Amino acid sequence: MGLELFLDLLSQPSRAVYIFAKKNRIPFELRTVDLLKGQLVSKEFLQVNRFQKIPVLKDGDFVLAESVAILIYLSLKYQTEAHWYPTDIQTRARVHEYLGWHADCIRGTFGVLLWARVLAPLIGAQVPEEKVGHNRTSMDQALQQLEDKFLGDRPFLVSNQVTLADLMALEELMQPVAVGYDLFEGRPRLAAWRTRVEAFLGAELFQEAHSRILNILEQMANKTIPVPPPEAHPTMLKRIARIT
Amino acid sequence: MGLELYLDLLSQPCRAIYIFARKNGIPFELRIVELLKGQHLSDAFTQVNSMNKVPALKDGDFILTESVAILLYLTRKYKVSDHWYPQDLQACARVDEYLAWQHTTLRRNCLRTLWHKVMIPIFLSEPVPPETLAATLAELEVTLQLLEDKFLQDKPFLTGPHISLADLMAITELMHPVGTGYQVFEGRPRLAAWRQRIEAAVGEDLFNEAHEVILKVKDTPPADPTSKQKLMPRVLSMIQ
Repeated sequence: MGLELFLDLLSQPSRAVYIFAKKNRIPFELRTVDLLKGQLVSKEFLQVNRFQKIPVLKDGDFVLAESVAILIYLSLKYQTEAHWYPTDIQTRARVHEYLGWHADCIRGTFGVLLWARVLAPLIGAQVPEEKVGHNRTSMDQALQQLEDKFLGDRPFLVSNQVTLADLMALEELMQPVAVGYDLFEGRPRLAAWRTRVEAFLGAELFQEAHSRILNILEQMANKTIPVPPPEAHPTMLKRIARIT
Repeated sequence: MGLELYLDLLSQPCRAIYIFARKNGIPFELRIVELLKGQHLSDAFTQVNSMNKVPALKDGDFILTESVAILLYLTRKYKVSDHWYPQDLQACARVDEYLAWQHTTLRRNCLRTLWHKVMIPIFLSEPVPPETLAATLAELEVTLQLLEDKFLQDKPFLTGPHISLADLMAITELMHPVGTGYQVFEGRPRLAAWRQRIEAAVGEDLFNEAHEVILKVKDTPPADPTSKQKLMPRVLSMIQ
């Protein structure tokens, strides 16, 4: 069996992995783990991944979790273009510096609005508006740092070319955009950066990777989103409880 | 100017970097940034790291923040022994997997345990609500179980037969709750034996030296008014 990727394009790190593999023409079998159908807690998936998290990579007997680890593995194994994960010691360190900051300040923050507007209501839970407001403040602070400290006057976040950092960042930022907070508005430098990353990836791939998330509000209005089965609720409620 | 490391050994990733640099004989100037005195918020340190966080590395004109980035930079620049961050693709991916996982799990839980058990009483002169502390410790327990069952399993070290960056990052985290008096290793013989192996691998003297500050953290006197004022936003953010 060749390379398998277990993903749901609703999830931002899954999209980063998907786009990376597609853009670099890495052959893989897509194994969709539909979060809304509760497939994350299914027995089949538990056998693949000890953490019950996506994305997951399976390469023969080798199973790997964590998007950053997967992206680095794919970069090295398929010897993708050096700009993604630069060999220059300082530039590579800048990619890791971004990814470290991203784990603390971006990841966990930019997904909240989707939980508040779509996922929590689906299972009859609620995220208090006060927390949504607090999340908005956290996002705005993070965006300011992203713009001032990482992007600066460069075309991309840590270098003159696209790196793993840009891909991870953009996928997170698309999450609130999909549910109605256009965070690029009033931030011309970030908006121009998004245009550059999108242009590099190609409109078609970008469209394909984002169609699921960008249609989520419409699906919600039409009531065509599946309601997650009860066995998926505990994990979802735990995530909701962690929103501050 | 050679390599400078801006650290406070009160901070868990700072300890990981300190042990790593010392153990590998990497020459550096230690620049202590005392967090409890608010020195990370000083103008002098802001010029080094405008995000006001330790650890930070300065190598000539090159300034780098974020612990994982610093460890990987030192690994490559000083060509340390392979076991820290193996060349082998899969072994290296295992280390990357742990380093990515810990951010939102062990790192968060150990930091919150220290704040909820020790730091907040120092700054606010009152304990955190018992239900907050209970929730924090419950989350820590879940994470410790994952660390033992999913990472360590029956291996000598977290990612394989030899010590790697993952072990160093993990043990320095666990010493945070240990410093608060929480019995991390009690009833967890596999984790306890793993800790012994790490101490033996890095050397007991170095291990003890790096953890002197955190193991005495309970004796920290109540914060003085100036530090209180400087650090209050941070203190309040840790209660949520």
